[in-house]
Amino acid sequence: MTDRTYLTRRQLLKAIGLTAGATAMYHAMTTLGHAGESPFSGPPVLSGAKPGTRVLILGAGLAGLLAAYELRKSGYDVEILEYQDRAGGRNWTLRRGDQYTELGGATQRVDFAEGNYFNPGPWRIPHHHRTVLHYCKALGVQLESFIQFNHNAYIHSTEAFGGKPQRWREVWSDLQGNLTELLAKALNEGQLDLPVGVEERDQLLQALQGWGLLDGEYRYRSSLQTALRRGYSHAPGGGQTAPPASGPLLDLNDLLHPSIWRGLNSQLVYNAQPTMFQPVGGMDQISKAFMRAMDGLPIRYNARVTHIAQDNRQVTVTYVPPQGGDATQVSADWCICTLPLPILGQLEFQASDAMLSAIRAIPYSSYTKIGLEFRRRFWEEDDAIYGGTSVTDQEIALISYPNDRFMSDGPAVLLAAYTTSTKDGLKLTGMTPEERIETALSQGEKIHPQYRKEFLSGVSVGWHRVPWQLGCRARWSDQARQTHYKALSDIDGRVVLAGDHVSYTPGWMEGAMQSALDSIHRLHQQASAA
Amino acid sequence: MIMKTIQMLLLRCALALASGLSCTSLAWADGDSSSHADSSVTTRASLSGPEVYRQYCMACHMADGEGAQGAGYFPALARNGNLAAAGYPIYVILNGLGGMPWFNGLLQDEEIAAVVHYIRSSFGNHYTDAPNADDVAIMRGPVPQE
Repeated sequence: MTDRTYLTRRQLLKAIGLTAGATAMYHAMTTLGHAGESPFSGPPVLSGAKPGTRVLILGAGLAGLLAAYELRKSGYDVEILEYQDRAGGRNWTLRRGDQYTELGGATQRVDFAEGNYFNPGPWRIPHHHRTVLHYCKALGVQLESFIQFNHNAYIHSTEAFGGKPQRWREVWSDLQGNLTELLAKALNEGQLDLPVGVEERDQLLQALQGWGLLDGEYRYRSSLQTALRRGYSHAPGGGQTAPPASGPLLDLNDLLHPSIWRGLNSQLVYNAQPTMFQPVGGMDQISKAFMRAMDGLPIRYNARVTHIAQDNRQVTVTYVPPQGGDATQVSADWCICTLPLPILGQLEFQASDAMLSAIRAIPYSSYTKIGLEFRRRFWEEDDAIYGGTSVTDQEIALISYPNDRFMSDGPAVLLAAYTTSTKDGLKLTGMTPEERIETALSQGEKIHPQYRKEFLSGVSVGWHRVPWQLGCRARWSDQARQTHYKALSDIDGRVVLAGDHVSYTPGWMEGAMQSALDSIHRLHQQASAA
Repeated sequence: MIMKTIQMLLLRCALALASGLSCTSLAWADGDSSSHADSSVTTRASLSGPEVYRQYCMACHMADGEGAQGAGYFPALARNGNLAAAGYPIYVILNGLGGMPWFNGLLQDEEIAAVVHYIRSSFGNHYTDAPNADDVAIMRGPVPQE
């Protein structure tokens, strides 16, 4: 989308909004195909920046990098302070030779084969996260398919199917078939009223029969017809090889276990629907592309912010080296603060009570990820699983297979745990790295018995123990949204916050980037008016 | 037969709702596969104080109760004057504080009482008055909805 289109459309919408009000504007936006998806409608146009206006950005994650990139393009004088010795924040990839020391002191050295990697943070981009996709394209980040749902991957439940992993396609097909059969029976026996609006009983029956793959008697049975969806016990062969045969159906009682439909739903939510993307070579290609595009950007690494002070003329930030040492002060006209809330809440920050209360009211999540490298792609070679995700009700929650370099020889890395529940995340984070890997192996081998034999090495990141983060992502309760969201996103004097925590998409890169765009847009308006 | 099966289905759904599973649908909204709430909190066996500490607290406050320092810090529980009155840690555990999540809905009243007693009598702390489940129950509000 070009700037010209953007302006024209925006001007049009503005005109409609001014003359006909917000409802008409929303209707027009929906018709134009915008409001239903990401609010992103093109890069910002920040014209007329006052020369020499200095903006200090705290944190070099995606929100900070995007803010710096756009403000710089618009003529602002930008500088970034960063706690780590690298840019990117949670946009982070671990590879061979990398070393990571978590809070508590445990150090892990990554020993993966050349070319293999593990994303401790974000790992996938939904097709409707238009801001991320826009900047990937603009900055030349090469994308490839990320596969979330793979019909041939497994659903595993310790409480269903005797603990034996099942293929998604059989589970989905049999659940759908069984439920439609039940409804068709009830309808045929006059035990189900027609829903309002459906006048033809036959129309509903036909839908149930067709969608559920029911036979002429409205039964869901093992047959070559249902095998078209659920697969075969003997797949169709050629020549004189065996003709196709259908296998036994799964038990309805197992299919109805909550872990099964919960697992299926987790694969089908809006944020997990195809098409999804990943950068070729690791998620940190995005932050690296921003750094390349801002060659020469002043960025002070190893800067632990301790104070943010402001008056009506400027902002002054004090920082020290992470290991202690002399304090340094830097001043600017404006400040964009992207620091994670658990850290920002512990600083001396001269801001309104409403802002400070908001910062200190939002806890962070306990996500934990584990990457394991194996000698060979046994999931491909033995199980015919090419990319995608197997799901389990154990603490590891899932196994995500690599979506690149299919069928290649040699070691490969899979995401062996993505623990999002607070209970399990805290438990895994509290372990030593060795214990975490043992957990991933002992739970993963219930799905893939090849685990132990093929295991090479692993690395784990429990986000509470990440020294520059203290937790993974903001957990907004409904009450906190109502009480604190506006204050958190308001410009406070000369400081505005940005990051995924100031969005309705916390924990996603899209949230961080949309927040950054919104914040610089408002900051620019204020700076231009000053 | 069929009606019985459908009734069973409905019963299962009702049970799932009653046990708090409905909350998980909200967590799915952002692509998470599981919830922050623990649907088994009222039905599972109670953990002891040290077990709660190990599974829920140690991730941040560390095995020795010394906390940790990075860009921010996790406060030490060792020699922490805020533990003098049991009500303070009970309040913080129920409601969270800063980046620390709330444990209302995750831990049982007995478990919170037990872990508060554990941290107040470990890591060099020597408070002897042990809180009980009632002390926790009286401070518990509704579980926040995410």
